[in-house]
Amino acid sequence: MIRTEELLLNVGPQHPSTHGVFRIVVKLDGEVIKEATPVMGYLHRGTEKLAEDLNYTQIIPYTDRMDYVSAMTNNYVLVDAVEKMMQLEIPERAEFLRLIVMELQRLASHMVWWGTYLLDIGAMSPFLYAFRDREIIIDLFNELCGARLTYNYMRVGGVKWDAPTGWIDKVREFIPYMKKKLVEYDNLVSGNEIFLQRIIGVGKYDAQTAIDYGLSGANLRCTGVNWDLRKNEPYSIYDRFDFDVPLGTNGDCYDRYVIRMEEMRQTLRILEQAIEQFPKDGEIMGKVPRVIRPPAGEIYARIESPRGEIGAYIVSKGKAEPYRLKFRRPSFVNLQILPKLLVGETMTNLITILGGVDIVVGEVDC
Amino acid sequence: MSDEQEVKPDKPERKIMTPEEREAKVKAAAEARAARERAKAEAGGGDVPAPEAAADGAAGATPERKVLTDEEKEAKVKAAAEARAARAKAKEEAEAAAAEAAPKEPSHNQPRLDHAIAILKEKIAEDVVEESSINENNNHLPTLTIKNEHWYTCAELLKHDPEFQCDYLRNVSGADHETHMEVVYHMVSITTQHEYCIRVKTDRDQPSVDSVTPIWQTANWNEREIYDLLGIAFPGHPDLRRIMMSDDWVGHPLRKDYVPLDSEV
Repeated sequence: MIRTEELLLNVGPQHPSTHGVFRIVVKLDGEVIKEATPVMGYLHRGTEKLAEDLNYTQIIPYTDRMDYVSAMTNNYVLVDAVEKMMQLEIPERAEFLRLIVMELQRLASHMVWWGTYLLDIGAMSPFLYAFRDREIIIDLFNELCGARLTYNYMRVGGVKWDAPTGWIDKVREFIPYMKKKLVEYDNLVSGNEIFLQRIIGVGKYDAQTAIDYGLSGANLRCTGVNWDLRKNEPYSIYDRFDFDVPLGTNGDCYDRYVIRMEEMRQTLRILEQAIEQFPKDGEIMGKVPRVIRPPAGEIYARIESPRGEIGAYIVSKGKAEPYRLKFRRPSFVNLQILPKLLVGETMTNLITILGGVDIVVGEVDC
Repeated sequence: MSDEQEVKPDKPERKIMTPEEREAKVKAAAEARAARERAKAEAGGGDVPAPEAAADGAAGATPERKVLTDEEKEAKVKAAAEARAARAKAKEEAEAAAAEAAPKEPSHNQPRLDHAIAILKEKIAEDVVEESSINENNNHLPTLTIKNEHWYTCAELLKHDPEFQCDYLRNVSGADHETHMEVVYHMVSITTQHEYCIRVKTDRDQPSVDSVTPIWQTANWNEREIYDLLGIAFPGHPDLRRIMMSDDWVGHPLRKDYVPLDSEV
């Protein structure tokens, strides 16, 4: 008889496939996981505490640093919450600029996910392809607001910078280019036999479980639940555009992969329409008081970030600083299902499943 | 956008005002104006030093204006503060007058809120709802404050009752209101898309709110986070540990009276 022993293994905090400083303590029996306990907080910066001493404009750069691969959507959720509280009107041009950068950001964020996910699974070249094309989006953002990752672009009432001359044309040229590249991505990876074997049927859960765990984004839609805040609770000007919400059926890693790939195509569709309807001129900042003091009260604003539902809960006492600010971070909530998914899986599938959830540790820890 | 949709129907109504309404509005405006003037007069006449100081400066040489004595400065500050208070009071009065003149139209979610309260009262207890309101800025969100001791049964009802079906708990937040602590739940039904905000108040010295992790799994880490940062206990939670701060951390950082402990000092 072979004597076996349980092995306690720390994956992370500094492990490339945990996408940041995040640790999972796994109890292994051979190669099979018996128990998994996520340990986080390594990147906890106390954003919520810091925000209590800052005025609303000063908080915006902090939101950049939560989900640092999707800073634009984070910017938006904060300014949207404050604007709703103060019932401000946003100029048309600013709304379009916001929507365009948010959708470009969704594209860039999904490309980072695609590249790193395949890197996790063991394919090196897709990462290089994805980052080559993502660079174009980053350059566009750089031209627009002078930063490559932490943009600090949106303001309560509008946006900080207007699009420079020719910027919209560059976005217009980028769309057909990206369409071609998405076909290239699919040809390169999507049908690959080894890749499919690694992800089909892995990390499966049903719709009931997904709702119970409060999952959002592709993690929820892969089970067939039609829940996209851009459609269900439209914010900004999303109700003016025509796009589909891709849904899965099986709730496994493969469905999540397919959904995110399709979401990129849908994003390009939205961008095409937005560029077409982009107002030729107009203000980029609405009428905003010099000091932003939302009336006493509270609000929960939420939007669909590339990772799911990101929300901002603000309690205001009528001061220039929030009394309490809480972010509902999709990465943090989505990650909860991980211990449940990992039990009974092999060690190699840990990487596949964790990558499939698509987390950003800056957002998990906040 | 839903906000726009909600604002639009108001507009045409405002245009076709009945004569009574118009009269009431004019009256409110007149009252507000009177209140403002009164406030101005109070601020100006009530405290003499401020205008005197200004007069002194104007009559004498210019350098005098610069060297204000302490008393003068104080008086000036005081006068300014009083004027500000008076202005705020006038504004408040004007707003109150306006509100009186034109009673606000009830929100379209008001029937739903009333219905929810009725169900909760019938199925749980008469005193289950402490407060209720419609959060108009937040898409007219029905907001209920539930009595702490009834929270768990109420949560079960909210999830399973066919009238609510709030199966998706989207956010759990905690807040320290200095007089009390509060846990705020935002939940929505995926099928009906009806959304509710539930607040549960708790004592500040021994904060404790029943855990709803057995009902919604998603509450698990959220409750751990609130426990970690605010120190609210969640009896019934399967694994209540710190989640963001290290295990040996002293204190709960998001509490308003938090002072960081430095063991070296």
